[in-house]
Amino acid sequence: MVGSKASSPLIKLILLSVGLFLFIFPFLLLIVNSFKENREITSSPLSLPTGFSLVNYQSAFEKMNYLAAFSNSLIITVLSVLIISLFASMTAHYFVRNNTKFNQYTFLIMVASMIIPFQAIMIPLVKIYGSLGMLDSKFSLVYMYLGFGSSLAIFIYHGFVKSIPAELEEAAMIDGCTRTQTFFRIVFPVLTPTTVTIAILNVLWIWNDFLLPSLVLVAPDERTLPLSTFYFYGTYSVDYGPMMAGLMLTILPVLIVYLFAQKYIIKGVMQGSIK
Amino acid sequence: MIAEKGVWRQLRTRLLFTGPTLFAFITVMIIPFFYGIYLTFTNWDGIATTQELVGFQNYGEVFRDTAFWQSFYLTLKYVLFSVLFINVVAFALAYVLTSGLKGQSLFRAGFFVPNLIGGIVLGFVWQFIFSNVLVYLGKQASIPIFSTSWLADPNKAFWTLVIVTVWQYAGYMMVIYVAGLMSVPKDIMEAASIDGASAWRKLRTMVLPLMIPSFIVCVFLSLQRTFMVYDLNISLTEGGPFASTKMVSMHVYEKAFLSRDYGVGQAEAFVLFLLVATITLIQVYFSKKMEVEA
Repeated sequence: MVGSKASSPLIKLILLSVGLFLFIFPFLLLIVNSFKENREITSSPLSLPTGFSLVNYQSAFEKMNYLAAFSNSLIITVLSVLIISLFASMTAHYFVRNNTKFNQYTFLIMVASMIIPFQAIMIPLVKIYGSLGMLDSKFSLVYMYLGFGSSLAIFIYHGFVKSIPAELEEAAMIDGCTRTQTFFRIVFPVLTPTTVTIAILNVLWIWNDFLLPSLVLVAPDERTLPLSTFYFYGTYSVDYGPMMAGLMLTILPVLIVYLFAQKYIIKGVMQGSIK
Repeated sequence: MIAEKGVWRQLRTRLLFTGPTLFAFITVMIIPFFYGIYLTFTNWDGIATTQELVGFQNYGEVFRDTAFWQSFYLTLKYVLFSVLFINVVAFALAYVLTSGLKGQSLFRAGFFVPNLIGGIVLGFVWQFIFSNVLVYLGKQASIPIFSTSWLADPNKAFWTLVIVTVWQYAGYMMVIYVAGLMSVPKDIMEAASIDGASAWRKLRTMVLPLMIPSFIVCVFLSLQRTFMVYDLNISLTEGGPFASTKMVSMHVYEKAFLSRDYGVGQAEAFVLFLLVATITLIQVYFSKKMEVEA
C-alpha cells in the first residue's frame, strides 16, 4: 500500500498500541471505577477494585429509570431509521427516474439545506410545535428526525439509484408490475448496501442525540438514554460509584452492538462519506 | 424515464414516493427556518401568544451583546484548533494504518470507538478524568501541571474541550482518510518507488494532492460538528469556569430558553448560520479548485 516500505514495523506497532491504549484508557478507567465505593474512587482512582460488587449498577439502574430510558431510545431510533430509509429511498428513486426541472430544484434545495445548523432552527421549531401541542411525544420526535434526516439520506441514495440500469425496472413493468411493486421488488432489494450505510449513520446520530430530544421530550418518563444520563449526573454528581456505573450502562449496549457489527459500521462510515 | 398513464395516477405516485419526505422536510426545516427569520424582527418572550414587530432592534441588541461576541470568538478559536488537530491526527493514523501492518483493522476499529458514544457521556467521563484522575496523578507524582484541576482554570478548560474533541472525532475522520488512501492507484505509487522517490516525497507530491477530495469531506464535517458543539460543552465544562468556555451554541440556547430573549437569541442563531454557511461554502469552493485528476 501507500506507506514506506517496512521502515520499522515493530516500532510502528508499539507506537500504535500505546496510542490505542491512551485512546481507550478513559473507558478502562470507567469500568474499573464502576465497581468501587465512592471513598475508594476519590482516594485512588487508578487502583483495581478490591472486591466485586454490583451495588453501583443496581443503584444506577433504578435511579436512571434505565429500562424506560433504554426502551424510549430504542423505539425512537428504530422507528426513525426505518421511516428515513424507506421514504428517502422512494424519494431518491422518484427524483432519479423523473428527472424534471422541478424535481432537480427540489433535490438541490434539500442538498443545500444541509448547511443549515440545527441551532438556527431550534427556537422556531419549539415555538411552532409547542403551539400545536406536539411536544413531549416520541412520535413528534421521530417525525422531526424524518425531516432533519431525509436530505442526507436522499442525497446518498440518489447517487446509488443512478447506477441501477433503468432497463431492469422497465422489464418488470412490462411484465405487469406497478411502479410501487417495481420499487419494492426490484429497486429496494438492490439498494440494501446503501440502506445499511444510511441506517448506520442515522443510528449513530439519533441514538446519541441530545439537544433535539432535550427540547422535545420534557416529561421524565419520555427521556432517552442521553437525557436520563444527563439528569442523573446533574442530581447525583458527587455519588461517583453509581455515576460510573450509570455511564457504563449507557455505553454498554453500543459497545455490544459494535463488537458484532464493527465491520459494517466502519464500512458504512466510509461509504457515507464518498459522495 | 418511466412513463405512466393518467394524470391522477401520476399524481398519486408522486405523492406516495415524495410526499412523506417533502412534507416532513418542509414542516421541520423550511418553515421553521423562514419563521425563524421572521422571529428575529419580533419581541416574543416565549410565553405570550402574540408578538410585535420591532424592526432591526434585535440585531442592534446582538451587536451590543458582548457575551455573544466573546463566545463567538471563543468558538472560532476552538474550531480552528480542533479542525486542525482532528485532521492531522486522523490523517497520520490513516496513513500508518494503510501501510499493511498486522492487525490494522483491529486498530482502526479501536480508534473509532469514541464515535459510538454521544458527547454527553464522553464529557462526563472526561470530567472525571480531568478533575479526579489527573489531579490524583499530579499530586502523587508531583507533576505541577496536573496538580490542580484543568477544569478550574479558564485557559486550560478551553484546551480540555479541544483535547476531548480531537479524541472524539479523530477516529471518524481516520476512517474517511483510510477510504481515500485505499483508492490511491497502486501502479503510480509503484512507478514512483521504482524511480527512487522517497516515502516523504511520495506523500508530498502524490498522496496529498490525490487525497484532496477526502480532505474536503473531513474538513467540512469537522467544521460543521465543531461549530455546533453543545453536548460536550455542557457536560464537560458547563461553560465554566466563569463562562470562560461558553461556546456560541450554548450562548444562543441560554439566551432563548433561559433568559427568554427569543428574538435576540434567534437573531444570534441567524448570524451564526450566515457565518457557518459562508465559511463552509468558501472552504468547499477553494478546495474544489485544488482537486486534481489521478
